[in-house]
Amino acid sequence: MFTKTLCVSAIALASAAAAPAFARDQIKIVGSSTVFPFSTTVAERFGKSTEFKTPVVESTGSGGGLKLFCAGVGDETPDITNASRRIKESEVQMCADNGVTDIVEAKIGYDGIVLANSKESAQMSISLGDLFMALAKDVPGAAGETTPNPYTMWNEINPDLPAVKIEVLGPPPTSGTRDAFVELAMEGGCKTVDWVKDLKKSDKNAYKSLCHTIREDGAYVEAGENDNLIVQKLQANPNAFGIFGYSFLEQNADAVQGSMIDGIAPEFELIAEGDYPVSRSLYFYVKKAHVGEVAGIEQFLAEFTSEDAWGEEGYLADKGLIPMTEAEREQGAKAINGLMNLSM
Amino acid sequence: MTDFITPSTQLKSRKSAEQRFRWYGRGAIFVSLAFLVVMVGSILYKGSGAFTTTDVAIVVDLGPDAVDPANPQDARFEKIVKDALKARFPEATKRADRRKLYGLVSNDAGFELERFVLANPDAIGTQARVWFRASDDFDILLKGTVDRDVDESERRLSDQEIGWIDRLVADGDVKRGFNWSFFTNGDSREPELAGILSALVGSALTLLVCFCFSFPVGILAAIYLEEFAPKNRFSDIIEVNINNLAAVPSIVFGLLGLSMLLNTFGMPRSSPLVGGLVLSLMTLPTIIIAARASLRAVPPSIREAALGMGASPVQATFHHVAPLALPGILTGTIVGMAQALGETAPLLMIGMVAFIVDVPQSILEPATALPVQIFLWADAPERAFLEKTSAAIIVLLLSLITMNLLAIVLRRRFEKRF
Repeated sequence: MFTKTLCVSAIALASAAAAPAFARDQIKIVGSSTVFPFSTTVAERFGKSTEFKTPVVESTGSGGGLKLFCAGVGDETPDITNASRRIKESEVQMCADNGVTDIVEAKIGYDGIVLANSKESAQMSISLGDLFMALAKDVPGAAGETTPNPYTMWNEINPDLPAVKIEVLGPPPTSGTRDAFVELAMEGGCKTVDWVKDLKKSDKNAYKSLCHTIREDGAYVEAGENDNLIVQKLQANPNAFGIFGYSFLEQNADAVQGSMIDGIAPEFELIAEGDYPVSRSLYFYVKKAHVGEVAGIEQFLAEFTSEDAWGEEGYLADKGLIPMTEAEREQGAKAINGLMNLSM
Repeated sequence: MTDFITPSTQLKSRKSAEQRFRWYGRGAIFVSLAFLVVMVGSILYKGSGAFTTTDVAIVVDLGPDAVDPANPQDARFEKIVKDALKARFPEATKRADRRKLYGLVSNDAGFELERFVLANPDAIGTQARVWFRASDDFDILLKGTVDRDVDESERRLSDQEIGWIDRLVADGDVKRGFNWSFFTNGDSREPELAGILSALVGSALTLLVCFCFSFPVGILAAIYLEEFAPKNRFSDIIEVNINNLAAVPSIVFGLLGLSMLLNTFGMPRSSPLVGGLVLSLMTLPTIIIAARASLRAVPPSIREAALGMGASPVQATFHHVAPLALPGILTGTIVGMAQALGETAPLLMIGMVAFIVDVPQSILEPATALPVQIFLWADAPERAFLEKTSAAIIVLLLSLITMNLLAIVLRRRFEKRF
């Protein structure tokens, strides 16, 4: 019977392909969805231009990727993980507990996080402090006091801001973009209040919960991980603002515009130079124990760190990655290709 | 005395109630059809662009300086393409302009030329006119997806770049064709090169595993429960559980697959083997319920006649009851498989949401599936992936329609009425 042959041949195929441990000839990469577009671009190029197989790149989020990465050494664990933030001490410890002791850190460039609205409305210029006031759950008042966020209109915070309702579409808490936004924009704005700055020294937990908590009363809308969706919603609602990565702003420059933050517009050069305040570094981490065991890791690192890829005019810049300075790249390439161990 | 001849007012109101109901029904069907038309229409409208490609012809110099006739594969094909573009548009002299110029063709152009040269050794040493795939920005510009009238600063393409492509169009060096590569390529980060084949093969392998596991297990379970199992409290509990299992959210099966199949049994991550097993957990209850219903629909007289002629219960079931129930069982199976084909959530947990270029060759190699491909493309920043997303949805819908048609045909063919 047809079904029988089909199933039998499937089993035969499976057993023919069964292989002993660590004979994997394909690099496995997991991690951040922000680094995913860059990692996949390099992977595809690498697969085309070398005799190695195209690496498999999974999009699991930064935290999820590091968890898989730190699960141990061996065929089943990934060789490389992407992260849109730096690895934490606790994660290095987790890795070490599972026998993953030697890790190579590779910083690949920068990504800006933008606050954008539809081109039908005017471009906004906002300070980090005002942005924090608009989005925090509790806002700091006089010394030591906090009140639940009373603002419903932008111009209640600062008369220079537009007289429209505060409505910001942004990523949910699982997203690395949200983590970075909270850390850079929210905390950056929070710190501008003097007594809060002092609070950091006296009561770190209170400081964190004040500065890192986004309001939940409907002014901040969790719009899901799909940045394209946020862009489409902004086009439909000219009064709303959205938070997403710079590459989406670049691709949709005809429909949405980035707001100036602290007087600086989210533009390629300004992010690259570090002037734009809400920008973060992107990384990937390599498991040293797998180099030499899984074919092609060294060549993959060489491809990633070539000027053709991560250089100022490399193909990753075309995909929206904001490159590091020449000195940083030179130093980075040396450290990565020399497989220097991570130092926290 | 009641008058039976003249119609009562009651009858009139009953008749109008019936008429009203018919109109409600038509209204309901109209509304659902309208939704369907809007949905399918917008997908077809958005996705149709993905089935055509734009190619540009460039005259390349394959002279002895560029390509060594003895070993043509060693030539620097990317450089040849860049030189050809520079020769075509000599006004681009600044570095930034040249970069834009190189972006006219897909970054696969070097490989395209290599394939061309190796396939046409006669062209070596001549000036050959070769077709290259245009890059996605130009492709969607020519398709009219992006507006060329907005201010230059707000466009991805500058006036200069639009001028180049317009000159190529005017000279007859641009052609549009059917996008065969969409069906022969795997995934790519370049929208103009991205194809559906690896996802399609991945889905097929996953469904094959799912079918091979859930079909025999499901049918055996259904036959035993329906024909042989004693009716007691224990079999009642099993029945309730099977019905409950059919309503469990699919992500739960994904978590189960992660902890059992991957972590405990150490099966390969991202493989169709694991994907198929997880999905078969999901389709099993559907198959069992459908199979039991169709076994129950076989008239008891058939069973009794077989037993009366001296057949054993197993013979009665397998020779007489099961063949009659088969069309219904197959329909249920195909509906269950179609459900599995459209599932993404459990595949997230077992690593099938991945960028996979190579077409999987076996059920142990990393693979992705059609709905996952849709999910990944919908998330990509490049504008041109929008139409690819819709095109992938069209392919998925076509696969579903094919499977459902197959179910209808099988039922028509084998069904017996009593």
